[in-house]
Amino acid sequence: MNLIPFLICFPFVVAVFMFLIRNNKIRNGVAYTSVAVIMASVVYLVFDYLTNGQEANPITVHNEFIELLILIVEVGLMFLVVYQCIKYKKYIISILSIVQTVLIVWLEQYGPAIEETPQLYLDKLSLLMVVIVAFIGGLITIYAVGYMHGYHHHHTEFADQRYYFFMLIFTFLGAMFGLVLSKSLLWIDFFWEITSIVSFLLIGYTRTTEAINNSFRALWMNLLGGLMLALGIAQSAFQIHSVDLQAVVSNGLVIPIACFAFAALTKSAQLPFSKWLLGAMVAPTPSSALLHSATMVKAGVYLLLRLSPAFAGTLTGTMVSFIGGLTFLLASLLAISKSDAKAVLAYSTISNLGLITACAGVGLQETIWAAIYLLIFHAVSKAMMFQDVGAVENSLHSRNIENMQGLIYRLPKLSFIMLIGIAGMYLAPFGMLIAKWAAFKAFVDARNPLLIMFIAFGSATTMFYWTKWMAKVIGPPRVDKPLRDVTKKNEYFSLYVHAFFMIAICLSCIPMSTYLVIPIVVSLFGAATMTLNASDVLVMLILLVAIVVLPLICYFGAKKRKTTHVISYMNGVNAGDNRNFIDAMGEEKELYTANWYMMEYLSEDKFLTPCIAISAAVLIILMCLIVGGAI
Amino acid sequence: MDVKAIVCVILYLVCAPFIGGLLDGFDRKISARMQGRKGPSVFQPFYDVIKLFQKEPLIVKRSQKFLVMTYLLFMVITGSLFFAGMDLLLCFFALTTCAMFLVLASSFTHSPYASIGCQRELLQMMAYEPRVLLTAVGFYVATDSFAVREIVTKDISAIAYMPAVFIGFLFILTIKMRKSPFDLSTAHHAHQEVVKGVTQEMVGSNLALIHLAEWYEYVFLLGVVGLFIVNSHPISYVVAVVVILLTYFLEILIDNVSARVTWKTLLFSTWFVTLISGGINITILVLMQR
Amino acid sequence: MAKVSRSPWVIHYDGSSCNGCDIEVLACLTPVYDAERFGIVNTGNPMHADILLITGGINSQNASVVEQIYKQMPNPKVVCAIGTCACTGGVFKECYNIKGGADTVIPVDIYVPGCAARPQSIIDGIVQAVDLFQKKHEAMKAGK
Repeated sequence: MNLIPFLICFPFVVAVFMFLIRNNKIRNGVAYTSVAVIMASVVYLVFDYLTNGQEANPITVHNEFIELLILIVEVGLMFLVVYQCIKYKKYIISILSIVQTVLIVWLEQYGPAIEETPQLYLDKLSLLMVVIVAFIGGLITIYAVGYMHGYHHHHTEFADQRYYFFMLIFTFLGAMFGLVLSKSLLWIDFFWEITSIVSFLLIGYTRTTEAINNSFRALWMNLLGGLMLALGIAQSAFQIHSVDLQAVVSNGLVIPIACFAFAALTKSAQLPFSKWLLGAMVAPTPSSALLHSATMVKAGVYLLLRLSPAFAGTLTGTMVSFIGGLTFLLASLLAISKSDAKAVLAYSTISNLGLITACAGVGLQETIWAAIYLLIFHAVSKAMMFQDVGAVENSLHSRNIENMQGLIYRLPKLSFIMLIGIAGMYLAPFGMLIAKWAAFKAFVDARNPLLIMFIAFGSATTMFYWTKWMAKVIGPPRVDKPLRDVTKKNEYFSLYVHAFFMIAICLSCIPMSTYLVIPIVVSLFGAATMTLNASDVLVMLILLVAIVVLPLICYFGAKKRKTTHVISYMNGVNAGDNRNFIDAMGEEKELYTANWYMMEYLSEDKFLTPCIAISAAVLIILMCLIVGGAI
Repeated sequence: MDVKAIVCVILYLVCAPFIGGLLDGFDRKISARMQGRKGPSVFQPFYDVIKLFQKEPLIVKRSQKFLVMTYLLFMVITGSLFFAGMDLLLCFFALTTCAMFLVLASSFTHSPYASIGCQRELLQMMAYEPRVLLTAVGFYVATDSFAVREIVTKDISAIAYMPAVFIGFLFILTIKMRKSPFDLSTAHHAHQEVVKGVTQEMVGSNLALIHLAEWYEYVFLLGVVGLFIVNSHPISYVVAVVVILLTYFLEILIDNVSARVTWKTLLFSTWFVTLISGGINITILVLMQR
Repeated sequence: MAKVSRSPWVIHYDGSSCNGCDIEVLACLTPVYDAERFGIVNTGNPMHADILLITGGINSQNASVVEQIYKQMPNPKVVCAIGTCACTGGVFKECYNIKGGADTVIPVDIYVPGCAARPQSIIDGIVQAVDLFQKKHEAMKAGK
């Protein structure tokens, strides 16, 4: 089990090397090898866990040196933040960092006696997270090697700091491993802060004014979460003299759990904290893929899942599920108004995370089942979609969905992957839908009418924006010229592996439930009720076969028939190519039909502020009630 | 899967087009009589479809046909799952997927009227989807099961628990059946501002397949209406048929006495009705059971 | 097999006219004349239509439009020129921009004269068109 410390330390070591190696080829080679090493060790870890250790294996680190190191890094990070804040004149933000670091350092050095607990451990949920981080994160890193090469080729206005970029990415991976493998809250807080600050640096990578503003927005929101985390830790240290996460959950400490939940909401970009994730789009695509899918936002969700056994029937649980449900609905409404593909993905990420959050907040076995399911699908499909949109952007020089008309004819491979991703996000009977169906069932079982409403309306709005995107992609192209596909081999490698994962987990949804999701639920709750019964499985299989086989049969069946082409109906003024029409002056004009974005109601500037205001009000009131009730 | 389910599915597969077509025929006859006309034969829809199959196969884009066929077959499967007594919520999810295939088939050409029709169809889907899902939830809360085969064996009809959900379902039935005032994306009647909307570029047999799918859908949707009534008592099946026919008549009446509304009215009124009927009804049921 | 003539769907195009015939065509669908009892539906869409009803003459602007609409109708199809203008160009015949009747751009099968053509004669024309539609269908089938 010595692999666990190795897994955490190794990416940090690689990060240092990334920074030191300035030769691109050597650095790329080291990056590939390191990803391979990480993946291999995770595979070994899984294998080892399955054959030997079926129970949680806590590891205690008695090393003065490591404790000192953590302390130094923590203070160092604080100074980094303060320096950045002074540099860009954002003084207030530095206070957030100073307060929490001082609080944690004080707690460690002079605080109440804290009983010795193991710092690290591995259970099924951590294992799942480790696998997701290693594989999705690793593949994104491979993709990033190719992408960043092209990125700096196109964007000569930005300084080529790939050594710095890859350093940040590996630091991020290391911090994520640390976060999901830690048991001690102090360690969780430490890694939590690293992810916050690294994401801040990643978002600000290009150093444009927009990037810097967005990165500081991400910073203050995440630091606020970090501060709440620190407060929760302090509270639990005073209350039960322990900083063990499981101890807090099993004791059901109200205030710490509420604080942690708050921190998790900021990290998983729930309303009213969604803006940081939207701003994160300014970063190069690999970092948004990393932030949105495998790492950053998953950290928040992971913490919620850990806390979920303490949520059922509490006010904190209600708060989390309400915010989650509200975010699910409102973010999917906002996604309708977006034509920027990355913005649609960002909103859909927020919306899906909202659903996971809502599930975790209800805190019943069934909802956790759905939440874990959603988590897996979301990680794979979103990582794939982001990378795909990034690759499309490189070839198309636009990421506007309107410009993607007929993409299937112009960039067939990338479009096909895109269609797989979109179909996986909302069509029956693919992954997301099974999870949504389970969540529906669970919310009804939990007798929670409000969440039922949120999910019913949210599903409807989700369908709207995905379908119109899909329709754009398969429509006829506006120009016949095929695009040169500049996607590199390593980018395709990552995309294909993701597509393979996506299809594999869609096809194996039932074994996945039995051998993966249910054991995790059992490990969290001690028991699990089987959500899928035989006839539901049958229906899903029928639908799965239908949706895969029917179009194929129909495609080849329809191909045989003899048909005659006809031009489309434009009141008799079609210029003959379905693209232009003859106007009143007898000249050809291009006909173009755009998708519907309902800007009148749903545009960001009109709709986002009320959403944030409402959710912030709800959050503040409920937090006050929770804390007030506990005191 | 027991014998009863298999018989039901086979009956659905064989009879649904005839029942759907006849209902459509009666629709046109009754509408004509309401307008003081003689109207066509009740078999008119069958004549239409047979003619459409014999027309020259013109196409705007080659692969449209396969999407249309997929739409039809998926609709057949959805209905079959319902009549086999499977999970209602999954049936509704499958129904959404069907509708999605229709939208894709139609938007495939990106012709101006079809495109507008598609966007409106999506809007209609967005409007009725919550209501459809809440209907399934209503059944679950009322009868403790999503499975159709279990819902029909309860002693008390579901409608007794959720009259408001039933009324809400009738409301969206108007959208689903493409009846005025909610026939925004395509209409059964002549001229409208987007010509034929979703079915604009579908010629001959493609259009015929869409009609067939619509008939399968009618029977499925009216089956859901029947599900509100049916209970363990055999007489309830007779009552269900009567209610279905009354419902259908009501839809025809609404179709004939109302003018088409704007999309805003459609969306907001449907969501409002959904919130009021579904929300309040389900909340009351849930609170009673807590 | 039911005859295709039981389901004649029409599309109506109004060219250069005084709108008199135009209104009479629509009058045929009203309760008084009820053309739907023959299964006639006014589709407004050439892709769905079997019979093209043209009112008004052909001018230099609408010639290509009429031609295109005709081409978009799937076979078998019948064209019915309604009113004197559609038959010959009518009172507008000598105008600088008028080409003449509908048969100057597309093959016309049935001519229904009148200024304006009365609903009775329009329905008579359509009924004849329906017979022709059936004949054309049979010819098409035999041709295959």
